[in-house]
Amino acid sequence: MTSELDIFVGNTTLIDEDVYRLWLDGYSVGDAVALRVRSGILEQTGATAAVLQSDTMDHYRTFHMLERLLHAPPKLLHQLIYQIPPSRQALLIERYYAFDEAFVREVLGKKLSKGTKKDLDDISTKTGITLKSCRRQFDNFKRVFKVVEEMRGSLVDNVQQHFLLSDRLARDYAAIVFFANNRFETGKKKLQYLSFGDFAFCAELMIQNWTLGAVDSQVDDMDMDLDKEFLQDLKELKVLVADKDLLDLHKSLVCTALRGKLGVFSEMEANFKNLSRGLVNVATKLTHNKDVRDLFVDLVEKFVEPCRSDHWPLSDVRLFLNQYSASVHSLDGFRHQALWDRYMGTLRGCLLRLYHD
Amino acid sequence: MPGKLKVKIVAGRHLPVMDRASDLTDAFVEVKFGNTTFKTDVYPKSLNPQWNSEWFKFEVDDEDLQDEPLQITVLDHDTYSANDAIGKVYIDIDPLLYSEAATVISGWFPIYDTIHGIRGEINVVVKVDLFNDLNRFRQSSCGVKFFCTTSIPKCYRAVIIHGFVEELVVNEDPEYQWIDRIRTPRASNEARQRLISLMSGELQRKIGLKVLEMRGNAVVGYLQCFDLEGESGLVVRAIGTACTLDKLSSPAAFLPACNSPSKEMKESPLVHPPSHGCRSTHNSPIHTATGSRLTQNFSVSVPTLIYTGMGSGSAGKEGGPFKALLRQQTQSALEQREFPFFTLTAFPPGFLVHVGGVVSARSVKLLDRIHNPAFVGIMGNTRSYKLLDWNSFNSDEPETRDAWWAEIRQEIKSHAKALGCHAVVGYSESTSICEEVCILSASGTAAVLNPRFLQDGTVEGCLEQRLEENLPAGCGFCHIPYDELNMPFPAHLTYCYNCRKQKVPDVLFTTIDLPTDATVIGKGCLIQARLCRLKKKAQAEANATAISNLLPFMEYEVHTQLMNKLKLKGMNALFGLRIQITVGENMLMGLASATGVYLAALPTPGGIQIAGKTPNDGSYEQHISHMQKKINDTIAKNKELYEINPPEISEEIIGSPIPEPRQRSRLLRSQSESSDEVTELDLSHGKKDAFVLEIDDTDAMEDVHSLLTDVPPPSGFYSCNTEIMPGINNWTSEIQMFTSVRVIRLSSLNLTNHALNKNFNDLCENLLKSLYFKLRSMIPCCLCHVNFTVSLPEDELIQVTVTAVAITFDKNQALQTTKAHVEKSLQRASTDNEELLQFPLELCSDSLPSHPFPPAKAVTVEKTSPMGEGNFRNRSAAPCANSTVGVVKMTPLSFIPGAKITKYLGIINMFFIRETTSLREEGGVSGFLHAFIAEVFAMVRAHVAALGGNAVVSYIMKQCVFMENPNKNQAQCLINVSGDAVVFARESELEVVSTQQPAANCQPACTGGEVTT
Repeated sequence: MTSELDIFVGNTTLIDEDVYRLWLDGYSVGDAVALRVRSGILEQTGATAAVLQSDTMDHYRTFHMLERLLHAPPKLLHQLIYQIPPSRQALLIERYYAFDEAFVREVLGKKLSKGTKKDLDDISTKTGITLKSCRRQFDNFKRVFKVVEEMRGSLVDNVQQHFLLSDRLARDYAAIVFFANNRFETGKKKLQYLSFGDFAFCAELMIQNWTLGAVDSQVDDMDMDLDKEFLQDLKELKVLVADKDLLDLHKSLVCTALRGKLGVFSEMEANFKNLSRGLVNVATKLTHNKDVRDLFVDLVEKFVEPCRSDHWPLSDVRLFLNQYSASVHSLDGFRHQALWDRYMGTLRGCLLRLYHD
Repeated sequence: MPGKLKVKIVAGRHLPVMDRASDLTDAFVEVKFGNTTFKTDVYPKSLNPQWNSEWFKFEVDDEDLQDEPLQITVLDHDTYSANDAIGKVYIDIDPLLYSEAATVISGWFPIYDTIHGIRGEINVVVKVDLFNDLNRFRQSSCGVKFFCTTSIPKCYRAVIIHGFVEELVVNEDPEYQWIDRIRTPRASNEARQRLISLMSGELQRKIGLKVLEMRGNAVVGYLQCFDLEGESGLVVRAIGTACTLDKLSSPAAFLPACNSPSKEMKESPLVHPPSHGCRSTHNSPIHTATGSRLTQNFSVSVPTLIYTGMGSGSAGKEGGPFKALLRQQTQSALEQREFPFFTLTAFPPGFLVHVGGVVSARSVKLLDRIHNPAFVGIMGNTRSYKLLDWNSFNSDEPETRDAWWAEIRQEIKSHAKALGCHAVVGYSESTSICEEVCILSASGTAAVLNPRFLQDGTVEGCLEQRLEENLPAGCGFCHIPYDELNMPFPAHLTYCYNCRKQKVPDVLFTTIDLPTDATVIGKGCLIQARLCRLKKKAQAEANATAISNLLPFMEYEVHTQLMNKLKLKGMNALFGLRIQITVGENMLMGLASATGVYLAALPTPGGIQIAGKTPNDGSYEQHISHMQKKINDTIAKNKELYEINPPEISEEIIGSPIPEPRQRSRLLRSQSESSDEVTELDLSHGKKDAFVLEIDDTDAMEDVHSLLTDVPPPSGFYSCNTEIMPGINNWTSEIQMFTSVRVIRLSSLNLTNHALNKNFNDLCENLLKSLYFKLRSMIPCCLCHVNFTVSLPEDELIQVTVTAVAITFDKNQALQTTKAHVEKSLQRASTDNEELLQFPLELCSDSLPSHPFPPAKAVTVEKTSPMGEGNFRNRSAAPCANSTVGVVKMTPLSFIPGAKITKYLGIINMFFIRETTSLREEGGVSGFLHAFIAEVFAMVRAHVAALGGNAVVSYIMKQCVFMENPNKNQAQCLINVSGDAVVFARESELEVVSTQQPAANCQPACTGGEVTT
């Protein structure tokens, strides 16, 4: 006796959250059944393995049929075939677009192209995430990227509108899209200690302050590309380190203000010029795409690592950066105050976030 | 020209890409009704076209309005080659033809293609202007309402229940026409869909005409079926119960006839007992085989198989005479009718007086090409002989099929007579076809009815007949209608355990729902008997003979199984019994489903005794006693599980002086005798009554084993195949209707009856287990209206289709109610309707206009509504559909828990064909069928939503014919569904609705807050 056909169709589509998770994680039906057996469900419900197998198959089939709609979530809302309560629809979408930290760290900042897709095998082996799940996550990134790529308006809003994601997840996707578009390097060994959250935080600040959208909300791609004019202008900051008097004055202003307040004052004093050079040079180099990509590498190399080797506590870093940014306003010879604020305001936020072990 | 049909094509969405080059579609729409076709403009390069067409107007006869479906075809314009069809929508405009139903059909319909399935949606508005033509009822029957619901619909009152209506139409099946060889599968499928749609329209119109002839205005319990007879054609047949219905003015008092004191009518024994007996009517023609060798017409009246202890004739005789009188009364009302049958399964209070038992008849027929008399010459002798015999030369007309059914109905009627009943309720008909053999089956419950509802003008007139007012309710229907001295079958009678005045059988089988006033102890449960019998492959009449020889044995065994399982559950009555016999190439399958309950009026069932044949063998003895113990344990466990704890019959009660009403009733009897003694005697006898199973061979042993292997549902789960579960009455609004299909392939080698039985049994049990597992999140929950259908699509394939609804109930409340009832240990089986009714009932007894409660407002609202309602729906439907998809509930029940049906919008009757030539790509057979059933649900919901409704009640999947050819990567499936589209409002919302606007009814459809998960 073999089962040729075995289906269950509800007027309200049944969604089993646990099975959905297994499906999203890319487990085969067999593996999923085994995992469910291990979860003790048979004992709880008194069901047999055959029942579990049939149930799992059924759910997998449903998910497979829903997947087409999940690729364009508004379709899931308007379709008539599967009657799914709104809360469940939201859950289906949110979970489908959710991604693994380990995976996103591997592809963050990489071009979402066929080439990268081929690397998924390696990523799968490295992260222990099934290839199927890797593919889904990669395709999600790519799909979102394609849809919002040339759209007007806020990146987060666009993602939210076209994929009906929660605010949190939409922000993450905005960061992923932003990183992919600007191809920021995140894979270097020195950057390994950084989490996706760290990068997403920086991405948000950069989108808010450094893109075209920060000055003009009526342009295409406004949140995707960095404001070229702004990057060009950043060259003007060079004077802060090139002009010896200005640098000395800056240093003395900072040191006067922080004397006695900083645990690592002497280290700061000794390193001030190096740190300042580092931060300003990063700014001035951003006209080159290559250097834009290396932004995070540079920040870590030029600022985070030196401070860390001197064991600056985070509070001291904060005090220093605040004072470092603010003191520039007192430099009489310096004319680019607004530019400095736009640059340093964001950079300070990013550095504080990046500064951890 | 009595009607104008107006159609507007608004827009499309989610259309498929038809032009690969541009990834877009140039769509336009053809609107066809009858022979007239209109076209919209082409909306270029869009997957979401906005046609916003003018109103296309069709001026048509109302006859056509009833028969024809509106056919909407969406096409992709192609300048250079033929336009490609994207898909079609068929809209049945019947609901627009009667005034109380829908006034407009407006909404998004899935665009359906028989090869590709649903491909996008189209927004359509349809209206009908009917001209008032006095003659219009000549050919058409516009205005007759149809209901699938097998009880009086909730917002109506039955004035008269006229009786049985039936009709059938026959046509050639397009799939088997010569042209099918040259046309595409799509064209052939569409021809079939269209034909069936036309035929059902015609059938409905014809039935409507009959109803009008009977002076009725509605058909209740309308059941339409298709017989796909293959080569010999396509039969569409329908049965129903003609009624005259009155719309209740108050939506609150929605139970019919609630203000007539109907319970008093239960028993209407008159004071003057007629001297003559009542047996003149029945000559019990249990076996009415017609002479012809080929007819193989036989039938088994089910009650004859209820073999219980012994039919001791010791009881009193007072039951007979008044019953006879009652019978006479009813007879006058019924005897004009050819077939006093009713497809209803639930009745207005007081309608059902007595229930006799299940009557059924089957007949095996050979199908012949309906249209091709030239066949005679071609085929061999036997064939021509058969054709002659069947007189099917000129059977272009449906007469042959009519005659077949008439024969069977006649038989049913005579069976009912034999049981002392003149009516058959819960009546249904079905067929099973395999190649050229067809089994026709009919079954129902013999009953004695109250004439009040059957005649004109007697509704109020018979109120003076109230007698025996204090007769305890809830047992009347159990009292035997037949004369115990001349019983049609050996049965064991006792005095009713409830009223102790009338005789009752020890077991009662019926095809109806449990009457709402029946007194039930504990809860009920689904009981199934499953059986397979191998049969040699044979041709034509040899095959028919083989089948008809097997049938009686199958019926007998199915019965034995049912009886055993019933006893094992410690119960004494079956409701909703449905026995399905399916014929295949090399086997016959029998599946009987019913809901077992413990009726307080019936005696406690005896246990099951096992007796071995070889008493000398020691170990064998031991084994037997071990089995016996197991059986006893199971019975005890089941009694606990289903909370069956009938009150101990103490001697005091039995022997105590009869209270006042009893005495009065005794005065009415012709012979007042000391019935007390008799009662006592009978009871003691009843207790001894045990069911003896003889284990004389291994088969019997296996049977006993299989009895014990039926696993009860996991805790928190109950199941029944009736509308409601006896003993549960606190349903929540969480419902989940589902269809589950399983097909298994038997290993063809050395199949024995026994192995086959085991496979089939496992299939059903596993299916149930899967359902319990899948729906575990709904616990505590009851599967209601569990409907199993078995078919044998191929030699080694068994297909089982289950449709049911899972309803969650409130456990805490359940506990409370049981506690409240524990002293009496008696629980009234009350539907949720009855619960709802309690309040309105009180109101009804008040003078209606004066009471100050909210329902009064509902009344006034209802009165003012007819004008505004239609408009409102126009306005609201579109935004509903646009924003998010409105929730449409589907249920096989006639009600929606926790809600009131405020309006019936018309019948939904849809037939779909789906075919694929890329089975593997669509996920194999499971993927294919899963998608198709989901699509069918979607199309039903879309039609209901377009009518302005938010639910389908009495939903049924009548057919699900699945054929596959994996080698060719092909599969085809036909599905036929029906139900009643309704508008319901949540009870909680109802007050808001009534105080504010009636229109807010639409609210649940838009918000859909209460959805099952």
